[in-house]
Amino acid sequence: MDQSLKTTCLHDCHISLGAKMSPFAGFDMPIQYSGIIQEHNAVRKAVGMFDVSHMGEIFVDGPAAEAFVNHVFTNDVSQLAPGGILYGMMCYPDGGVVDDLLVYKEFESGYLLVVNAANVEKDYKWLLEQSSGFEVEIFDDSDSWGQIALQGPGAEDALVKAFGIEELRELEFYTFFDLEDEDGGRVIISRTGYTGEDGFEIYASPDNIRDLWAIFLEDGVTPCGLGCRDTLRFEAGLPLYGDELSPEISPVMAGLSMFCKFDKPEFIGKEVLEKQKAEGVARKIVGIELHDNAIPRAGYPVELEDGTQVGVVTTGYHSISLDKSICFALVDSAYAPLGTPLFIRIRKRVFPGEVIKKRFYKTNYKK
Amino acid sequence: MSRIIEGLLYSESHEWVKVEGDLAVIGVSDFAQAEMGDITYVDLPSEGDEIQAGEEFGALESVKASSDLYSPVSGTVEAVNEDLESAPEMVNQDAYAAWIIKVRMSDPSELESLLDAAAYGKIAE
Repeated sequence: MDQSLKTTCLHDCHISLGAKMSPFAGFDMPIQYSGIIQEHNAVRKAVGMFDVSHMGEIFVDGPAAEAFVNHVFTNDVSQLAPGGILYGMMCYPDGGVVDDLLVYKEFESGYLLVVNAANVEKDYKWLLEQSSGFEVEIFDDSDSWGQIALQGPGAEDALVKAFGIEELRELEFYTFFDLEDEDGGRVIISRTGYTGEDGFEIYASPDNIRDLWAIFLEDGVTPCGLGCRDTLRFEAGLPLYGDELSPEISPVMAGLSMFCKFDKPEFIGKEVLEKQKAEGVARKIVGIELHDNAIPRAGYPVELEDGTQVGVVTTGYHSISLDKSICFALVDSAYAPLGTPLFIRIRKRVFPGEVIKKRFYKTNYKK
Repeated sequence: MSRIIEGLLYSESHEWVKVEGDLAVIGVSDFAQAEMGDITYVDLPSEGDEIQAGEEFGALESVKASSDLYSPVSGTVEAVNEDLESAPEMVNQDAYAAWIIKVRMSDPSELESLLDAAAYGKIAE
């Protein structure tokens, strides 16, 4: 292992399970244990768990916390009740995306921002830069927290069994509970995830996370690596920062303008995004299904029948749950309508397909 | 531990060759299939295609990635294993039974540059 890589609190567990490890966002992370297909199916049909301790936890508090978060965040936290969670983005003034994140409204005061591992330092710096004039404290506490994502139709039972708390069943989608461990440490349990299935994300101290991992493993929960995390989120139509959202791909281009609240008085990027929404954008993220089993991969050209390139694949797989070759692609908006015939160049050949809805797999959230 | 079979020849890019007269039967090694994980698609050439030693003739695709196949020999593609189109997982199940193509060799002396099982064992670790 490259010594410059960071490790999560569960690193030893991955090694002892014989996981295939690979660098991701500066961490040495498990890509797969038993195999991507088996792990993917465990989440769709039973229950799987992911080490997502690499994700960042940034706390924002102070008298102006609400005003500040609403200034940097595209969604509207003013309507959020304590214990509530919103998904949205932080944008640059030009509408490009700094990061996509979850915002948790704390019970006492302030907010928890859960951000992508690769972006923690960038986000923290961005938040500090934007905070002048706001009476807020911003604290990157990422190193103090471990995190497990417990996902799948069996997640609720596994969670209740591990914690012995029946009330956890009542947790609603995009809300969280706070628990206290024996030493007074904080445990956060939210009904959230990145797979298209029901599930939970559990934040706790590294020691507690290691204990929980062992309990879930003992209970038959399938350990899942980042390989199937990507196939699962992709089927569910969820974007990955860097692929479907970036400084060059705005939320409007990604089809995520429902997470931008234009009725807020202001937020960074609002002017440009509102204009994009009203006037249209030059390029959009679409879903494409191929009429063949060849697999479209990120970077492959999207073409018209005459060979003119009109876009590029951002994520693609032979879908495990749907058994067909599908991808997200960034294409010229003229070719974004559903049913538009498009072609993907895969190595030396060109394969026909058509634009389909991005939510490839019907999600099973508990709402 | 990956399996290496005696009597086959191997390339440094992890293909195996079984020589049957002037016909080279080509597949990928057990090491290669294990490295790739679940194989979900095999991109095959067509029968009659002319291929050159060291050049790409197709690809294996796992869930996560695509990996080009390189021909260890030059010649004409005599047969392709069409069973792999519907059952690419056969490569994972037994990489030495799941041949990919058979090539009528134009220059059998190219075989001399390939590795035997012992030499290949040193790089497939």
